[in-house]
Amino acid sequence: MRNIFIFIRIYFNFLFFLFLMGLSLFMLFNYNRYHHTVYSAVTGEITGKINKRFNDVEYYFQLKRTNDSLVKANESLYNKLKQDLELPDTITKLSIDTLRIDTLLYQRKYLYLTAKVVGNSVSQTNNYLELHRGSRQGVIADLGVTDINNSVVGTVVDVSSDYSVVMSLLHRQSNISAKLKKTGETGSVIWDGLQPNIVLLKDISKEVKVSAGDTIITSGFSDKFPYGLLIGTVKEIENDRASSTYTIRLKTAANFYNLQYVYVINNLQKEEPQQLLKKVKKTNE
Amino acid sequence: MSSLIKNIIRFALFILVQVFVLNQVPPLHHFVTPYIYFLFILWLPFKMGRRTVMVLALFLGFSLDCFTKTYGLHAASCVLIAYLRPFLINLLISQEGAESNYNEPSIKSMGFAPYFTYVAILTLIHHSFLFFLEALQSGGYFYFILKTLLSSAISLLLILLTELLFVRKQRFRTNTA
Repeated sequence: MRNIFIFIRIYFNFLFFLFLMGLSLFMLFNYNRYHHTVYSAVTGEITGKINKRFNDVEYYFQLKRTNDSLVKANESLYNKLKQDLELPDTITKLSIDTLRIDTLLYQRKYLYLTAKVVGNSVSQTNNYLELHRGSRQGVIADLGVTDINNSVVGTVVDVSSDYSVVMSLLHRQSNISAKLKKTGETGSVIWDGLQPNIVLLKDISKEVKVSAGDTIITSGFSDKFPYGLLIGTVKEIENDRASSTYTIRLKTAANFYNLQYVYVINNLQKEEPQQLLKKVKKTNE
Repeated sequence: MSSLIKNIIRFALFILVQVFVLNQVPPLHHFVTPYIYFLFILWLPFKMGRRTVMVLALFLGFSLDCFTKTYGLHAASCVLIAYLRPFLINLLISQEGAESNYNEPSIKSMGFAPYFTYVAILTLIHHSFLFFLEALQSGGYFYFILKTLLSSAISLLLILLTELLFVRKQRFRTNTA
């Protein structure tokens, strides 16, 4: 017993070092797995406030660029108005697919919330955005996030009362279901941690004809994003002889260097398919 | 200015510079992510106990982690260099009694060559451990080695500039005073 105490006294510094190192490594691996911890809500609130101060200044220098992209977004919306389209003859009919419930009301599936980006990084291996919108404003975890031109930015992973943390596409664990617009093949979009604004599209079979410049959109399979949001365009195609699928490099449609505003997409009909899926999994077990 | 207030200001400044300047600057290349915030640990007084230095290092790393949302990543690397710091100081200090005559490690108290060996070794250890932990998730020896070397080089350049721009006034203290 005495020897143990002597041992502890002699090596106390080293043991203390091991304890602190263990603590930080535990924090690291724990957060990487769950993206939510007891303290992350508190620290998110504090860093959010500091980031907000900094962003108030930075935002001023980006006003012009933000304004330009808003005008562009508005233009594309105006071009989608029904009154802009004319019917060439009386046989064809312009019809809009509407999902109705038993009354004459439309049933809303996606609700867009605008949010100010207060913190953003592109140079890390795991990049996160911080938004000035939190649980009080209706943000919850696992919602999709798009930029002002409605192209994919990332997924909400952690929420505090006024701020939320978004895992951007530029994150090692980001995985988004995507589709080739031209032919309809689905794959998944990941990031290799190298260049910002370049992501990888995997699992596209080699039988598909892909060429540079092709559009990649969201598949609508996940409950985060509606079908058809722009993810990016094909930059180059890597033909790996050893595998039967292509690895395609995409240029992201969203510019991660200067995000100022984003939209958080809340899927209001998320629960029903989830419960159904759970039920199926249960019966199969 | 008392040592406590000076170090509190340094702590805040290093974190703010790291978060809002170095992390915001578009990277030269994706292998280059410079860090200088850990200079805070290297500049702590000689007399400070090892456990205090380690706790401060954990706190410094954790503060940066709160901004980059990598809880524990920088904290682990900072604790490692805080633990190794006294060994290096004992090895490299050349002047007799420099620990008692000067307050903290600097060019003046240790001499240019020993001080920069001290900074370079700890920078390399900090960066290699940091990128090793990152590489555990992403993989790739090549990526890890190249990123460590290039980032350390740029970090050391920035540290050298910091030392030249902000000369720390060191008073020579004697026992009689």
